[in-house]
Amino acid sequence: MSVDKSTVKKIAKLARIAVSDEETDTIASELNHILNWIEELNEVDTDGVAPLASVTGHNLPLRQDAVTDGDKVDQILANAPEQASGFFVVPKVVE
Amino acid sequence: MSDILKLTAVEARKALDSKAISATELTNAYIGAMDETRGLNAYVAETQSKALEMAAASDKRLAEGKAGPLEGIPVGVKDLFCTKGVETTACSNILKGFTPTYESFVTNQLWDAGGVMLGKINCDEFAMGSANETSAFGPAINPWSSEDGPDLAAGGSSGGSAASVSSGSSLIATGTDTGGSIRQPAALCGIVGMKPTYGRCSRWGIVAFASSLDQAGPFTRDVADSALMLEAMAGHDKMDSTSADVAMPDLQAAMQAGVKGLKIGIPSEYVMDGMDPAILKLWEQGQSWLKDAGAELVEISLPHTKYALPCYYIIAPAEASSNLARYDGVRYGSRVDEGGSLDEMYAATRSAGFGDEVKRRIMIGTYALSAGYYDAYYLKAQQVRQLIKTDFDNAFTQVDAILTPATPSAAFELGVKQDDPVTMYLNDVFTVPANLAGIPGISVPAGLSEAGLPLGLQVLAGSFREDRIYQVAKTLEEAAAFQLNPVRAAGGLR
Amino acid sequence: MSTQDMTDNTNLVQGETGLWEVVIGMEVHAQVLSEAKLFSGSSTRFGAEPNQNVSLVDAAMPGMLPVINAECVRQAVKTGLGLKAEINLTSVFDRKNYFYADLPQGYQISQFKQPIVGEGSITISLKDGSTHEIGIERLHLEQDAGKSMHDQHPSKSYIDLNRSGVALMEIVSRPDLRSAEQAGAYIKKLRSILRYLGTCDGNMEEGSLRADVNVSVRRPGEELGTRTETKNLNSVRFITQAINYEVQRQIEIIEEGGTIDQETRLFDTSTGTTRTMRGKEDAHDYRYFPDPDLLPLVLSEEVVSEIEAALPELPDEIRARMTGEYGLSDYDAAVLTEEKETAAFYEAASAGRDRKLTANWMSVELFGALNKASLDLDSSPISPDQLGALVDLISDGTISGRIAKDVFADMFETGKAAADIIEEKGLKQVSDSGAIETLIDSVMQANEDKVAEYRGGKDKLFGFFVGQVMKQSGGQANPAMVNQILRQKLDG
Repeated sequence: MSVDKSTVKKIAKLARIAVSDEETDTIASELNHILNWIEELNEVDTDGVAPLASVTGHNLPLRQDAVTDGDKVDQILANAPEQASGFFVVPKVVE
Repeated sequence: MSDILKLTAVEARKALDSKAISATELTNAYIGAMDETRGLNAYVAETQSKALEMAAASDKRLAEGKAGPLEGIPVGVKDLFCTKGVETTACSNILKGFTPTYESFVTNQLWDAGGVMLGKINCDEFAMGSANETSAFGPAINPWSSEDGPDLAAGGSSGGSAASVSSGSSLIATGTDTGGSIRQPAALCGIVGMKPTYGRCSRWGIVAFASSLDQAGPFTRDVADSALMLEAMAGHDKMDSTSADVAMPDLQAAMQAGVKGLKIGIPSEYVMDGMDPAILKLWEQGQSWLKDAGAELVEISLPHTKYALPCYYIIAPAEASSNLARYDGVRYGSRVDEGGSLDEMYAATRSAGFGDEVKRRIMIGTYALSAGYYDAYYLKAQQVRQLIKTDFDNAFTQVDAILTPATPSAAFELGVKQDDPVTMYLNDVFTVPANLAGIPGISVPAGLSEAGLPLGLQVLAGSFREDRIYQVAKTLEEAAAFQLNPVRAAGGLR
Repeated sequence: MSTQDMTDNTNLVQGETGLWEVVIGMEVHAQVLSEAKLFSGSSTRFGAEPNQNVSLVDAAMPGMLPVINAECVRQAVKTGLGLKAEINLTSVFDRKNYFYADLPQGYQISQFKQPIVGEGSITISLKDGSTHEIGIERLHLEQDAGKSMHDQHPSKSYIDLNRSGVALMEIVSRPDLRSAEQAGAYIKKLRSILRYLGTCDGNMEEGSLRADVNVSVRRPGEELGTRTETKNLNSVRFITQAINYEVQRQIEIIEEGGTIDQETRLFDTSTGTTRTMRGKEDAHDYRYFPDPDLLPLVLSEEVVSEIEAALPELPDEIRARMTGEYGLSDYDAAVLTEEKETAAFYEAASAGRDRKLTANWMSVELFGALNKASLDLDSSPISPDQLGALVDLISDGTISGRIAKDVFADMFETGKAAADIIEEKGLKQVSDSGAIETLIDSVMQANEDKVAEYRGGKDKLFGFFVGQVMKQSGGQANPAMVNQILRQKLDG
């Protein structure tokens, strides 16, 4: 598998990272270099091996259904780059 | 007291209890050292007045006989830990100006134990790096760099923590270890760095890099301090679903126990091309020390070791690509808005806010998870991760602990490995497997390279068997009698 | 039975070039009834101030972690059992990654590969009396997003995260629905089941229940056509309108030689039409992967059994009981079970008395009066016990059905008990044969000519005499006795 310029643009868009045309080539070759190295993994026979998502031995802990949080608008908005009337403010979203 | 900076945390606690020193005196000595070693760029935010307030409170508690286990001990905090009212940036431009309204579980534990916060410490941006070079604040510098020679890497990602503890600008410091970010810089700076079992220290309030791998741990000058600090940091946290409710073994007893009768595994796969011969020699030396102390050496095999790094470089970036999606300029941190659409604001903010290595990993992770590639990359990596864990599970049916080198080389010159990311990634070759398996590992300074730079040995044990780690680490420390005397340390430490 | 591959001839739509079959699948988002959110301790209460019900976790502050709410898990299991579905003892939470202003984490925690509930079904009944079994593909738990407001500022959107992290159940049907009517019946039935279970309040106006509809058309018996997804429909009427619009639009496009784009569409409530969502030109790539902040959710057989044992009776079971045991008509049973509150009212009102008569009084008189007064059942001035007491007074002959209507009207207006009204107004039915005979005698005397005509063979006049007697009694004479005695006297 090799990453071409259009793939770089596609993943950059998915990741919301702006990439200029000049950067695309560099990034593509860097990613290919890393991915080629990663392809060593194909040497490993993983037939029938269960994927490991978490090393934790316990089950998901459950919390009681009780309101224990919230009511802290000041804290929630304390670091907002832009806010008004208790809302976060962003450039207009057109649907 | 003239040698105040030379006291270990355990010694300082005794001196505080006996009133030989005060917490304020100790803190002032460290504030002086911070000033003196500023050239190492270990700190990204100094909180001296907060430190002095906390020290005064410690003195009061000491006087009242209500002192905690870390009472009055000056602590440096990696900038990945959210600290209430103190800017927390993960050393990224995207979080510049972010002041948490909350305190991470781990740092809260430290303050509850009486610790005194000196400031926030430099690290790689979002903990992604092995030389602290990706920090938006510039690299931390290894205090072992010669006076007139080039600046050497303190390691990464917790390079600032290692540089600080090793140079005397903090007595102990927090770190996080996702693929070796505690153990590697500790080894490069000649101090003790411990990555506990996954789930031992809560991740609540720590800026996430790769959630299934991240684990907080202590940086200290010796093994006893490490145990003392780990006991304070660890603990079950209901706010972290992956936090383990498993009691910490008695580490103090473990450090007294020695290694007589312990079986120590020596994995044949931990030799790689281009390894510093001094490291191989040190590894053999370590084996002799343990054997002499009564341990039995057992040759073991961890057959999937060589796949750990590529496996890690799928899993960690994949998780990171998702964990870092929240840095979008909407609720906190920096925003770049050029009057365009929301998507343009996102892209402008993230492009300006993230550094190259972070962007590179976000791109790899996004690619590895994207439609059509998930099975080939992410799923494959998770399967290999299972095999790596199984290797360790099998090994720990035969042995009590494993001894390996901590790093493939001593501290390297800053800037030299930047051209090729893969070369940089190879720094973590010996440390990454423990993160993938979730097991605890420690790096203990044990010798010097030909150039006189510190080298570390790594001890690994089974999950939640930190007692085994400290048994072996203490024995190695005693045998090695390593001297911490970096050239660029604060005067009071030399 | 899945009807996916079968053609249901009754629902075909006539186009310019022939008949079309409509294929509909629905994804319903039902807000779980719980105090706190799915992964945080902030409140789910509707109508709070902006960002008031928001914790650090909901705002995705750095280092914040999710911890799951046990009640939301129970509610999902309960709903699964109510849909006669398979409960997966191990399920996994995944991250669905995408950027949006009201999605603070940059991902939604959802369940992708291993949902908590697997296959089940819902039986719907249509006006024509037919029933259809609609397959449920899965139910999974996920987080709701926040809310973006676009009308507060000319060039900005405002973001409120109060809903961010509220637990939703996404209930995905098989593409078994064949008409807008079926889709409407499906959402109503699903809503009813959720409300009986108490797992969702079903309040569509507040957004507690919303549907995405997937619509495609095909020639009968052919392969499935390309579908469109119309999002976020929050009323039965909108669902019906959106489907009808999509069906017509798609048929027209295909008949004119065009093709349908697989796309997400928005419904315009003011025009009843759908349109392409702008700014979504890129196909989504959600990059699902297991959320490393969470672990697999493992349920024990015991917990599931406990929840199952405590399940309330559901509408289908109650209906079966009403038509079987109580002898009610299908229609009455359907009306009385549509809402949980109605069934409960009916059960209380009819307990220990004439079930059919009570059903009649409830579905005709009570619903009629409530409708006219624009009242809900829960604000009915007549309680179940009061309605039951009225039915008893009819059954035991204290009042006639005719009088009962007046008594009912009085009860509805004043909230008084039937017995009190009857007492006050002296409406008690006359069942004393002596008194009735006296009345009949006086009527016969006053109408001797008609008596003669009757006896001469004009049978139709019998009704005239009954009317006269009832009138004389002020409506209080027992009609059955009047009939019986009158016939004796006239024929005698």
